[in-house]
Amino acid sequence: MEYMFFVCTDPTAPAYDPADDDIEVWVAEVEKHSGVHYGNRLRPPSDATTVKVRDGQLGVTAGPFAETAEWIAGYDVIDCIDLDEAIEIASRHPMARYGQIEIRPSWPFE
Amino acid sequence: MTSRVRPDPIAEVAARAAAGESARIVSTLIRMTGDFTLAEDCLQDALTKAMTEWRKSGVPTNPGAWLTTVAKNRAIDLLRRASAESRAIQRLAHEPVEPEGEEVGVDSDDRLTLIFTCCHPALSMDARVALTLRTVAGLSTAEIARLFLVTESTMEKRLVRTRARIKNTGIPYRVPAPEHLSARRDGVLAVLYLLFTAGYRATSGDTMLRRPLLEEAIGLARVLVELMPDDPEARGLLALMLLQHSRSAARVDAAGELVTLEQQDRGLWDADATTEGLSLVTRSTPNAGRYELQARIAACHAEAIDAEHTDFARIVTLYDELGTVAPSPVVELNRAVAVAMHRGPSAGLAVLDGIDAAGTLDGHHLLAATRAELLRRLGRRAEAAREYERARALAPTEAERRYLERRLTEVTR
Repeated sequence: MEYMFFVCTDPTAPAYDPADDDIEVWVAEVEKHSGVHYGNRLRPPSDATTVKVRDGQLGVTAGPFAETAEWIAGYDVIDCIDLDEAIEIASRHPMARYGQIEIRPSWPFE
Repeated sequence: MTSRVRPDPIAEVAARAAAGESARIVSTLIRMTGDFTLAEDCLQDALTKAMTEWRKSGVPTNPGAWLTTVAKNRAIDLLRRASAESRAIQRLAHEPVEPEGEEVGVDSDDRLTLIFTCCHPALSMDARVALTLRTVAGLSTAEIARLFLVTESTMEKRLVRTRARIKNTGIPYRVPAPEHLSARRDGVLAVLYLLFTAGYRATSGDTMLRRPLLEEAIGLARVLVELMPDDPEARGLLALMLLQHSRSAARVDAAGELVTLEQQDRGLWDADATTEGLSLVTRSTPNAGRYELQARIAACHAEAIDAEHTDFARIVTLYDELGTVAPSPVVELNRAVAVAMHRGPSAGLAVLDGIDAAGTLDGHHLLAATRAELLRRLGRRAEAAREYERARALAPTEAERRYLERRLTEVTR
């Protein structure tokens, strides 16, 4: 199953410690495990742009800027056998310790 | 004109077979198909078919095996129709269609797998409880709805959503890997204990409606101990349930009034449940878990001939340990009661002051009721009366309000 991992900040989490950040180890493990892996860090919400089309009119706005201190800081798309494996992989991501990871399954093709 | 309802023997045999076997049958089908909803639908179809077939040609020697085979063939049929390419069908290719009535082997591991799936931490507690009762205990949706005081359609929707969530999120159908087993087992035990406490509280409340929950919870804990015989926490939970349950008959007097542990007629305690519970309790293994420790506390009460001869020194020590393993304001409150019994009411009040300072049980009737009780023992009647009044105002059930009312009358007399 394909899962999207939203790597999020969490204002209640312990302060980020760069010395404990082993993201390279995590990425290497994930790539070794599933072969295919696609993910990256994201620029903060202050660099977001929102696009809408209403009645044929294009609307472009800056933001939305995060109103809460929780925002998506990165993403990974990983193929896992099941939710338990996805939870296991997420639990080893450094941001599980300094933020939180939301796991969502992709909508499967019927 | 009203017609008398006559018992339908065929329906009764089918219902009994379903109640006893549904967990086995459904778990076999889920293992085969990987699909919760499909598995339960197929069992329902098999039951429907049983009603016509058994009326025509008699009840088979082994109704459970008959239902399993018919449900299994139905699953294969449905899957073949749905998609010849699906992964499930590839798995099924190795499972030949069996002639109806033939014995189907189901190992007990299937039920364990089912319990772990129903109690997966990615499901909400409500969802876990409902699905466990439906799929593992084999209760009907209507029965579960009655237990939780919701309509049948609400419960049906909850179950449908839960099964869909299992499928959509990819919750696996298997026993967790050894390194995760103890954490996941705790989740299962929490569901069973919640069922039990819901049933236990209700027996003292306004309604006897939830009493079956007690028996279901004990039955499921028994299954868990049978499946994980070396697990100390599973044994501890079963022991705890049995020892608490053994006092049921003594908790309420003939007039329906609550009787405290101290004043219960110990002759009314269920001796069989006590004996079985005590046989499961370990005495002093180090690093005991929360259920084992609570079982040991319950064992101290079960072994005492009366309240006066209870080993409260040991109970205090056990509550100290429990407070380290599973700290909670309710544990602290119980520790206060044990301290009061062991070293006197003033020492107990000092523990209550600590709980007050933390503010974790503000507005809880048991905190006020306990304080009232200790003040009464110290002869501080006016203060006791104030606390009984507060507790009465906060008490959630009619039986508890009546009990506190009686105590209040005693100190204001």
